[in-house]
Amino acid sequence: MATKRVAICAVAQHKNEPDLWYKRFQNMLLDVLEDLQGQTGFKYGENGVGIIVSASDDFFDARTISNNGVTDVIGGQYLAEEKMAQEGLNAIGYANAIILSGHKDLVLIMGHCKESQGESRNMITNCGFDPFYGRATGLDYLNAAGLQAQAYMRKSGLTDDQLAEIVVRSRQWAARNPYANAQEVVPAGKVKASPMLCDPIRQLHAYPVSDGAVGLLLASEERAREFTDNPVWITGFANCMDAFFFGDRDLTSNFALKKATANACRRAGIQDLKKAADVAEVMDCYAYQQPMWMEGLGFCGDGEGGRFIAEGGPGKYRVNLSGGTLAGNPMIISGLYRAAEATLQLQGGAGDRQVPDAKCAVAHSTNGPAGQFHSVLILEA
Amino acid sequence: MTCKCEDIKDCFVIEARMALPNQYFVGRIGSKWIIAMRDKKKLTGLKCDKCNITYVPPREHCNKCGATIADNWVDVGTTGEIVNFTIVNYNDKHLPKKAPYILGQIKLDGADTPLTHIVADVDPADVHVGMKVKAVFAEGPVNTLMQLDHFEPV
Repeated sequence: MATKRVAICAVAQHKNEPDLWYKRFQNMLLDVLEDLQGQTGFKYGENGVGIIVSASDDFFDARTISNNGVTDVIGGQYLAEEKMAQEGLNAIGYANAIILSGHKDLVLIMGHCKESQGESRNMITNCGFDPFYGRATGLDYLNAAGLQAQAYMRKSGLTDDQLAEIVVRSRQWAARNPYANAQEVVPAGKVKASPMLCDPIRQLHAYPVSDGAVGLLLASEERAREFTDNPVWITGFANCMDAFFFGDRDLTSNFALKKATANACRRAGIQDLKKAADVAEVMDCYAYQQPMWMEGLGFCGDGEGGRFIAEGGPGKYRVNLSGGTLAGNPMIISGLYRAAEATLQLQGGAGDRQVPDAKCAVAHSTNGPAGQFHSVLILEA
Repeated sequence: MTCKCEDIKDCFVIEARMALPNQYFVGRIGSKWIIAMRDKKKLTGLKCDKCNITYVPPREHCNKCGATIADNWVDVGTTGEIVNFTIVNYNDKHLPKKAPYILGQIKLDGADTPLTHIVADVDPADVHVGMKVKAVFAEGPVNTLMQLDHFEPV
């Protein structure tokens, strides 16, 4: 029988690191798994976890079917295991559907990525463009973001000073997050003096190369309390894909994010997300994306990202108290880190970052060049 | 969980690379598009009459309404306007040029969707939105997107 609600029972995060060359991603996952088992006591097999959804990326792992190297360690051998090749937050959307359908009542999600393995993230993301129409000009996710940032700053009035302010704030919060990669506090002057990577994106506006792994245990409403006293409920999830051809998109319209937000809010019965959410975790690979995605999520009006920063929006709406992606997560599982932080906040387990009495959180992720694809997850305590 | 301090004695990494030579059919539309550039120095697009959108690069179906537009070729200009740009200031193996180089979104005269391509022969400090540019074609057959070598100011 299908359950009414799905709970995130527990989350475990591997600390993000710039270059864990001496640790295999299998070992990172094992640490995460043992943490989750320690928290919940879950077992595999009959009446336990019978299906695992992994999340990883073939090109970053430099092997096809990137889950083939981890199925044993995450417990997928002899059981059902499927990989989410889209950004990791969608593994939660998929697991939610598995449980809501009544197919299974427990799902384990295990995501990993070591970005440090690749010589260049940009070489990998260049392959995200059409082999014929896109790759030859050198398009990659960084210069695509550069194009979007140019257009967005013209539209929103966002300034270089404000971009620095976003990075400074991210690091201040990351310093309180034991799982963040870039925990070093930086002054605004250092951000503004960092070299221009791709106009207007500076080096310190870009998320650092990161190795990480995340696990979550999801359960039906009927079984959630076997594993936790603080279930966090998935009340809304949606995603939306914009056009593949770069030139077909209005790069500043937030088309896909607005649609994903509207659909997730409808599922959750939320009229106004900025009033409902106590915490927001957004996937900001580049500093300009934080206000831009907040716009798409409806926390400020169209083109008002500059004003949002000027008026202290990130503090007011408790945006990215984890430090966000700017403080360093692997891109392909950044949404899982966002969801993990949101879950901790709703469970009262966010340590120095805890928002008192947080009841509702939104976790966001994006994939594809310059926010082609967006996912929105709404969680409630 | 924080990362345990690992013993790194007798640990090593191997250097590896993935090199997978492959073919890729660019499609009937893509082939025609390149041939027009290569043999006639012309830039073309496919137009949806219903939506009044001319697509460059061309595609078989209208991105908006889904109609088949494969036979509705139109010539677009070899000149156009920069509607957006960035200056690539880093070097990498997949990039066609040394930094700094300009990556522009160019709306060709008569086209509705901007084409992303290289803008050259202009100081990065002088490039701006609204700048008029013209296509510079490669001399010999290239048979890739680089048949259109770059754009430069008119």
